Amino acid sequence: MNAIRTAQAGSLESQDILITIDPGKKDSGIIIDLDSPSKVQYGKQILEEIESIVTSMDISDVKIKAVDKGALGFTIKARTEVALQRACRKDDE
Amino acid sequence: MSPDVIKYLKRTLDDVTKIRRTRLYIPGNNPAMIRNSPLFGADQIIFDLEDGVAVNQKDAARILVRNALKELDFGDTEVTVRINSIDTEFFDDDIREIIPAKPYAIVFPKAEDENQMLEVCDLMLVQEEKSNVPLGTVKLMPIIESAWGILRAEKIAIACDRIIGISPGGEDLTADLGAERTYEGEELLYIRSKLVLAARAAGIQVYDTIFPNVRDVEGLYQQTRKIVRMGFDGKACIHPCQIEPIHRAFMPTEQQIDRAERIVEAYRRALAEGIGVICVDNRMIDVPVVKRSERILKRAEAARKRDM
Repeated sequence: MNAIRTAQAGSLESQDILITIDPGKKDSGIIIDLDSPSKVQYGKQILEEIESIVTSMDISDVKIKAVDKGALGFTIKARTEVALQRACRKDDE
Repeated sequence: MSPDVIKYLKRTLDDVTKIRRTRLYIPGNNPAMIRNSPLFGADQIIFDLEDGVAVNQKDAARILVRNALKELDFGDTEVTVRINSIDTEFFDDDIREIIPAKPYAIVFPKAEDENQMLEVCDLMLVQEEKSNVPLGTVKLMPIIESAWGILRAEKIAIACDRIIGISPGGEDLTADLGAERTYEGEELLYIRSKLVLAARAAGIQVYDTIFPNVRDVEGLYQQTRKIVRMGFDGKACIHPCQIEPIHRAFMPTEQQIDRAERIVEAYRRALAEGIGVICVDNRMIDVPVVKRSERILKRAEAARKRDM
């Protein structure tokens, strides 16, 4: 499965995260750009959570912009999953 | 459904006697409210995937609620999910994602009749089997929102042993009846009475609809007192500030508690000593009075727990 369009999920509300997906070029890998007030303390963990969802959905080339507003793991993973589903959805689905 | 399957669906006494004075709706696409939901003090939380979520965010809310159920600790608070109605394109996905996350119950809107209830029950069973969830784990709480549904209420209440409580959907019902929604709620009097009757005949609980004005605390308290007197077990609420007045309305008086304690004690003593007929305050006490007294003591205990 691969992203075929730009798509978003989440919001900029407190305790949420806004995930934006763009299709990646072939063999470009998973590129994540994270903006978070707690990047120093939790940046690594947030990136791992996003990446775990990308790999579980068998997506290899994708660009992800994540703007975090203090989201917990359950939210980060949910928003990533839904943004990817939206980005991979074909028009007839 | 085969008899072998039906036996898994048996509800327990706790399913139909647990204290559920308040059932607080939490919008299913709001991470902050979901996270904080056990702190509000409601007896039950309803994560809402239906009216509380915009149509273009149904997928996001469904996955967020599923993850919350799997990863967060809600302590003593009972957690349920209101899914979208069976006639929408969202229903199948809701069942597929939410059942494996094992909420206490599915709150099912727009319940119409017993056949539909059996169909929903079967679909839940299929999903439980697929997800290795013990059969009958997830209970069912139908909301009846149409005139037709109200006429079938007693059939809905006994359609399946997953069903542990029913409630009316006040706004939709009023619209379907062509009635006006009044402050006094007289347009819902027959409906409320009928649902109490249907629930008690089926041996399940019954919960009232929401009170829409979140600023009118006294109005909410008075309406809740009314439905307590009618026999309701709880009331839905749409804002945390509605919890306290509802709990207060369900709180028995000191006099009621005192009498209930004496009745239950006298009944226990009579059972132990093999006495057939007992009297408290010069009035004969029979089993229904004991049951009512036990409910009063349970409510008093719930109120004390929340105060601690």
